[in-house]
Amino acid sequence: MTSTTPATSSLSVRYFAWMREHTGTAMETVTLPENVTCVGDLVPHLTAISQGHALALKNMQAVRVAVNRSYGDLDTPVAAGDEVAFFPPVTGG
Amino acid sequence: MAVRVQTEDFDVGAESRSLQADAVGAIALFVGTVRGLSSDNGVTAMTLEHYPGMTESELERIETEARERWPLEDVTIIHRVGRLEAGDQIVLVGAASAHRQAAFDAAQFIMDFLKTDAPFWKAEERGDETSWVDARESDDVARKRWTS
Repeated sequence: MTSTTPATSSLSVRYFAWMREHTGTAMETVTLPENVTCVGDLVPHLTAISQGHALALKNMQAVRVAVNRSYGDLDTPVAAGDEVAFFPPVTGG
Repeated sequence: MAVRVQTEDFDVGAESRSLQADAVGAIALFVGTVRGLSSDNGVTAMTLEHYPGMTESELERIETEARERWPLEDVTIIHRVGRLEAGDQIVLVGAASAHRQAAFDAAQFIMDFLKTDAPFWKAEERGDETSWVDARESDDVARKRWTS
């Protein structure tokens, strides 16, 4: 869950739509693991959090990624303090 | 620059009048609405979720791209969120220009990019069942024609 005073070595992870339902959370603070430099490095650490996380992030082909509210991909760099979001292809309009 | 994400309904006439200006000779308005029960899918209502902050920045980026492509006097993009029922208005795109072609094309361009890039998600209700809408390949195709 979101901590009130995030450590400098943490980042925020947000989930939307059915990914939010699978993970059971809209936003969580995650301690930045060592050797994580891009979104793709982060994913295995997130899928280890719960079965719901593993389900949500099972098929990364079907998931879109944003870092600090701009579209990215698995190669987009991440650092402490960033906001990383995972969501399904969008369906507005 | 007018991008709004809101739960409230909007007044198409008022939005049209707000796009009128001395140099404007053409206003193209697109309004998207919730299809009713008698249409193909039996949807009774839907709930729209979005990514606050990113939604607005994506819509502003799309508006900026449209303004770079066409000589637009003004643009309005309004998208509703929350629970909407059959017949409700969902989205309005308005483009004002001196002449019609730029207004028509810009409104279509903005809608095509909104569909594929703006972070909104629809959950549809059919009776007691709720399901997330899948993205449509035809929307990707519609977007690609502007980049080819």
